[in-house]
Amino acid sequence: MRDRIKLLQGDEAVVEGAIAAGAKFFAGYPITPASEIAEGLAERLPIYGGKFIQMEDELASMACVIGASLSGLKSITATSGPGFSLKQENLGLGMMIEIPCVVVNVQRVGPSTGLPTSPSQGDVMQAKWGTHGDHPVIALAPSSVKETFELTITAFNFAERFRTPVILLLDEIVGHMREKVVLPNEEDIEIWNRKKPEVGPEDFNPYQETDGLVPPMPNYGEGYRYHTTGLFHDKTGFPRGTNEDAKNLMDRLMAKIESNMDIISLYEEDIRDDDEIIVLAYGSTMRSAINAISQARKAGIKAGWIKLKTIWPFPADYIKEVGKRAKAIIIPELNRGQIIKEVRENIFGNAEVHGINKYDGTLIKPEEILNMIQEVK
Amino acid sequence: MDRFEIRLSGAGGQGMILAGIIIAEACLYEEGLNVTQTQSYGPESRGGASRAEVVLSKEVIDFPKVIKPDILVALTQKAYDKYYDDVKNEGIIIVDNSIELSDIKVKTYQMPIFEKAIEEVEMKLSANILVLGIIDSWIKQVKSSSLKKAIKKRVPEKTIAVNMKAFAVGKKLAEGGKIDEQGEY
Repeated sequence: MRDRIKLLQGDEAVVEGAIAAGAKFFAGYPITPASEIAEGLAERLPIYGGKFIQMEDELASMACVIGASLSGLKSITATSGPGFSLKQENLGLGMMIEIPCVVVNVQRVGPSTGLPTSPSQGDVMQAKWGTHGDHPVIALAPSSVKETFELTITAFNFAERFRTPVILLLDEIVGHMREKVVLPNEEDIEIWNRKKPEVGPEDFNPYQETDGLVPPMPNYGEGYRYHTTGLFHDKTGFPRGTNEDAKNLMDRLMAKIESNMDIISLYEEDIRDDDEIIVLAYGSTMRSAINAISQARKAGIKAGWIKLKTIWPFPADYIKEVGKRAKAIIIPELNRGQIIKEVRENIFGNAEVHGINKYDGTLIKPEEILNMIQEVK
Repeated sequence: MDRFEIRLSGAGGQGMILAGIIIAEACLYEEGLNVTQTQSYGPESRGGASRAEVVLSKEVIDFPKVIKPDILVALTQKAYDKYYDDVKNEGIIIVDNSIELSDIKVKTYQMPIFEKAIEEVEMKLSANILVLGIIDSWIKQVKSSSLKKAIKKRVPEKTIAVNMKAFAVGKKLAEGGKIDEQGEY
């Protein structure tokens, strides 16, 4: 890592971020536009003592990632829409048995095989609701190559810290775009590792809260007896089939995320005191939004922007506050309107909410956002 | 705004995306110059439309794609027809001489790109690097030596010599070719 200035693709930044975060395992199945992540990790992981395996499909690769994490390795898989659909069942298992891992989805236009090489943000709701049942979700969406590097590390850190799968949602633009980036020095990168049990194997329960909502996690093979199941279970990890266990576990799974919103919810804003029009965006669409805002400001329009880096959990309280002072909120998305529903649900003031939506595989251009700003001003 | 935008277009397999990556790579050697490189291509590995875009700026680059190119390279008729009208008034268009031109609004240079790649470089596949030689002097932000360094880094090692030759042939083509305002080479 001598050369800190690099020309990196977003997908390659995931590779660099994963290595920097201490990833030691990748299982996956190649798919455009995420294959470069597998290619990069196949090359890099063995150098750092890690393992790469190409599985027969996405179902198996998600299962593999869960197994590797249980054995103590920081694990990651990467795919796109069609593969993300296949990973949902085991992703739910990962949430249920609280497995730290990172699942990357470089979004392309769906449904089905759709437009394999074109950008989309169509899997935002799938990231939240793709697997069945209520469940906790953390999903991060970078808008640049640099941010992809940073949020990959954050994804691993959240996964380890909150013992849960974390979804990293790129889109084809961010995944395939190359940018000149300066990577931080290793010593400047904050790394979290999962909490290990402080008791001996004889006193250990795998799903017992100790000093917080996140139970400590030993590695398989370290001598701790450790049962996992997708059934609702008690602190021993075994299912009893009771309604009480179901409620208690669900409440804890949700609470460990919801009570840490101040850590998990990442966003940036550039809103001046008198800005009335807010453009809220995430991923590659953010780039057009920032361009449009700077043009609007030059024309004397009072407009600002919000960039969501964490899209799930959705920052409802923050948006409620924004809704009180904004005249209009514009949400450009490469889908038929997904995050806009969350925004609408949290607006109680007079702010109008407008979407700009594209789902034909092309990008939203700055001028399209600028036009909307001029229309609503 | 000091955005400088380059669009390289052609068919899949002609190396336009690699050429875009090389320009972006060359920006690593220019201090304070930011770059984004994007591409658009079909699912097939050869044939189909393919385009690479590079945006250079001393400022932070927000929108990463080309809005109005300063330089358009088109190696196929289809690419030319699709993009010639997007170019900035003061921009330039470089096309292979097999391409029929439409109403010329900006400086358009027809050059024997494939012919020279076949006859002088003796490798048709080197047309993409030959193109870099042609547009080199128009990309003021990037030194010729940086482009050459980037080519050496990004092409297969065995082909460095032939690609450097392609670059030189391209440069000669751009310098030697007198171009009148109608854009005839």
